[in-house]
Amino acid sequence: MPEQLAYTIEVFLNGLMAGVLYALVALGFVLIYKASGIFNYAQGVMALFAAMTLVGIQNGQVPFAHLINAIFGTDVHKFGWTVHSFLAILLTVIVMIALAWAVQKFVFKHLVGQEPIILFMATIGLAYFLEGVADLMWGSELKALNVCAADGVCLPQGLNLWIDETTFNAFGYGFFIDNLDIVASIVAAILVIGLVMFAQYTKQGRAMRAVADDHQAALSVGVSLNFIWVLVWSLAGFVALVAGIMWGAKSGVQFSLSLIALKALPVLMLGGFTSIPGAIVGGLIIGVGEKLFEFLIGAPYLGGATENWFAYMLALLFLVFRPQGLFGEKIIERV
Amino acid sequence: MFYREAGDFRTTYAEDQQTFPIKFDRYRYYLVLFIAICLIPFVINDYWANSLLLPFLIYAIAAIGLNILVGYCGQVSLGTGGFMAVGAYACYKLMTAMPDVSMFIHVLLAGAITAAVGVLFGLPSLRIKGFYLAVATLAAQFFLVWLFNRFPWFYNYSASGQINAPERDVFGIVITGPNAEAWATYAFCLIFTIFSAIVARNLTRGSVGRKWMAIRDMDIAAEIIGVNPLRAKLTAFAVSSFFIGISGALFFSIYLGAVEVGEAFGIQKSFLVLFMIIIGGLGSIFGSFAGAAFLVLLPVLLKVVGVDWLGWPTDIVAHLQLVIVGALIVLFLVAEPHGIAQLWRVAKEKLRLWPFPH
Repeated sequence: MPEQLAYTIEVFLNGLMAGVLYALVALGFVLIYKASGIFNYAQGVMALFAAMTLVGIQNGQVPFAHLINAIFGTDVHKFGWTVHSFLAILLTVIVMIALAWAVQKFVFKHLVGQEPIILFMATIGLAYFLEGVADLMWGSELKALNVCAADGVCLPQGLNLWIDETTFNAFGYGFFIDNLDIVASIVAAILVIGLVMFAQYTKQGRAMRAVADDHQAALSVGVSLNFIWVLVWSLAGFVALVAGIMWGAKSGVQFSLSLIALKALPVLMLGGFTSIPGAIVGGLIIGVGEKLFEFLIGAPYLGGATENWFAYMLALLFLVFRPQGLFGEKIIERV
Repeated sequence: MFYREAGDFRTTYAEDQQTFPIKFDRYRYYLVLFIAICLIPFVINDYWANSLLLPFLIYAIAAIGLNILVGYCGQVSLGTGGFMAVGAYACYKLMTAMPDVSMFIHVLLAGAITAAVGVLFGLPSLRIKGFYLAVATLAAQFFLVWLFNRFPWFYNYSASGQINAPERDVFGIVITGPNAEAWATYAFCLIFTIFSAIVARNLTRGSVGRKWMAIRDMDIAAEIIGVNPLRAKLTAFAVSSFFIGISGALFFSIYLGAVEVGEAFGIQKSFLVLFMIIIGGLGSIFGSFAGAAFLVLLPVLLKVVGVDWLGWPTDIVAHLQLVIVGALIVLFLVAEPHGIAQLWRVAKEKLRLWPFPH
């Protein structure tokens, strides 16, 4: 097998893995957009917030330690214990649910019926707020995140030796594929299947779909909009937590984690704002597309770092031909 | 008592069509102009110019530009930072390529170049609408910043990758570089701000503005009554980018003096200007000024209170600032989704009847 082709396949596979992670973030957007028509820019910051909370709980940090020290002149930092990963994840989920409830109660309940742009702006305000709160609570320094089921059984990191060896024997070139990416893909797949099952087969899931179809009709058959919105925000918070764990384990927990929201936007455009399969297919296309473009054209001819904008350009070009995205609802306009 | 139409008789067409038909408004406007032109330049110092007045004037231009696009024409754009960068780099290339030409011309040309780029990125708006368009304009944001970072021609092959404003003067008065005096930079920006406000106000009152508003309210209906959506949308993009380009040029050459594109014109800038027009009020020139003033003043105020009075560490104050700005934005949207301009309108209605409200 020629070397160039082998590299290209390797880049393609890594692109697929990256695409899964983009899809994971995009999924959170779709959930909220479908159910409430809110374009939730804060999704990325929610991932950051969730990951920081998880690390903070694991390491037994005192929340708001910096602020307390600044106000009272004390010097507290840690409780001095560490919390098991599963318990920490459970506690973080509870925090995310509380957050979902608070967001619904204090912000969006008062904004029902406003124009979409106003709702969008409110989520940007929420993103600022959450980012500030996360930094105040847990400190803004770079943190390492690792989730361990027991001693030594952690999220795997680094090169997958088995794939490396097998492909080396088969093609004479060992593919470099990160273990974490493989785990992330599997987790994402499970999460998506779980969400689809939840939406299809449970009572709450049916209510959720009803709300997504038509608010007023759902209201008239006795579905509590308030409950559904808290539910949807909680689900989005949970998805954000999973995305936060995966990205955080990959590159550490810090501010740049919240920028994955920007990575998910072109995915949404491509897949359509209202479609779960769209988010997944879009994520894969964007992941593969940007990695291949960077490898084949960007790095050799354009000076590299094209990943920042390529996804947007791809989505833009695509939308010119199909304005509602791949799987979006057909836009019918009447006067 | 003070604010009413009664007794204000208009006897000519010119009087009937003036910008501020009500006396109180007109005198207030003259008063503001008088203070801005005749008083402030004589009392201004470096601190006031650099921390408040220059950013206010420059952001006000950007906010007017974005308000034309979002508030009047209904095309949501998140590419403001990128377009400001185009203005800044165009201004820089013009300043270094033609040192003898007046800065006025450079800034206006920078605006014109940005307008051309804006039209280019406005083309997809003919097909794409709503949030899809908002996200699509992010393509402009990221692509333009990348472009100015990667191709050394734009920053004249300087080692740092920054652009630095060389010293230029207007009529013998230095306005850029470290030797510029506060009042000169202030006056230069003020001229452009007043110019932008007058042009924008009159455009939005005229037939062009009415076409924009028709497109905003419902584009298909507008098309049916004979508004050409292609021309209306693209003129909105052009005019909006023109103002944003001017503000980018001033932001770089007068205010900062040295700029690194990712830092100065990143996506945060796009959001900041968008916040200004949302908090100020969509579709209102006054709102653009009010929003710019609010968001320029707020961080300065928080810093003064947090760092200087309470003596907290700067990083905590920075984080608190995020929390407070975020909370204020949300509060504002909950309390008054139509912004400061709407508060002002309500206040005026009350003033008309005051002191006998019934």
